[in-house]
Amino acid sequence: MSTAIIHYIDEPHPVTGVTNSKLGIWLFLASEVMLFGALFSAYILLRTGSDVWPHGSTLLNVPLATLNTIVLITSSVTMVMAWASLAMNRFSRYQLYMSLTILLSFVFLVVKGFEYGHKFEHHITPATSSFYAIYFTMTGLHGLHIIGGIIVNLYLLLWGSRLWQTNPKQFTGRVEAAGLYWHFVDLVWIFLFPVLYLL
Amino acid sequence: MAHTAEEVQKQVRIYISVFVALMAFTVITVGVSYLHLAVIPAIILALTIATIKGLLVAGYFMHLLSEKKLIYWVLILTLLFFVVLLMIPSLTENEMIRKAFHVS
Repeated sequence: MSTAIIHYIDEPHPVTGVTNSKLGIWLFLASEVMLFGALFSAYILLRTGSDVWPHGSTLLNVPLATLNTIVLITSSVTMVMAWASLAMNRFSRYQLYMSLTILLSFVFLVVKGFEYGHKFEHHITPATSSFYAIYFTMTGLHGLHIIGGIIVNLYLLLWGSRLWQTNPKQFTGRVEAAGLYWHFVDLVWIFLFPVLYLL
Repeated sequence: MAHTAEEVQKQVRIYISVFVALMAFTVITVGVSYLHLAVIPAIILALTIATIKGLLVAGYFMHLLSEKKLIYWVLILTLLFFVVLLMIPSLTENEMIRKAFHVS
């Protein structure tokens, strides 16, 4: 049986100066910019094209969203600390920070769940208005990204962390890539929060 | 990018400062929203704060400040496509352009 080897996943490629893994995750994030970018464009068109547009705070729960902003920013810090712990060769610290990141991600989802639940109780759905249509689409897609991040981070915390024993450099690279994705998800929320809730 | 333990240790202190700054900007942006400014200044202020927060996250947590040129080029190209695609539909809404192309 032949094994396909992917080169330059634990050391920088001489031409690009970065590992292929890092280039790969950045190209993926570039495609994510276009995905969310399309929805932000849709928001602008819907808003400029409508005669009246509600102020987000009159329809949505600003304190809950502020709490979620704080939770997500904190999870970004614990994520970067998880990577820094590996770079400093402290594996148990890594496990602690990664667990905290996953815990905070669940807190975010639960708070978002309360927000959604409250809306559905009042029979408010994406069909209610253009505002709610773009609100549910953007926060829903963002929520799916949170779930995706949780799955990857759980893998890196549990059985995926076996790689630390055999190739710590590659494992640190994986955590860095997962971190880049996680910070991107945080970054999207940093824009979603004022656009949907505060303006 | 930093890899020695001392360099990472130094970065950790920066992460904590960035965290404090992000929290402060979050409080400011929520606080300002309760002032009920007019729509245009409110949008400019909220988006300026969000952009500063975004740059802090990208620059420090995503290590963009010390990243290789290739990654910059990928992002510049992405940003260019994003802006062009954002402008195309917005410009078709513009009265002057609609008249120039005789679109009613």
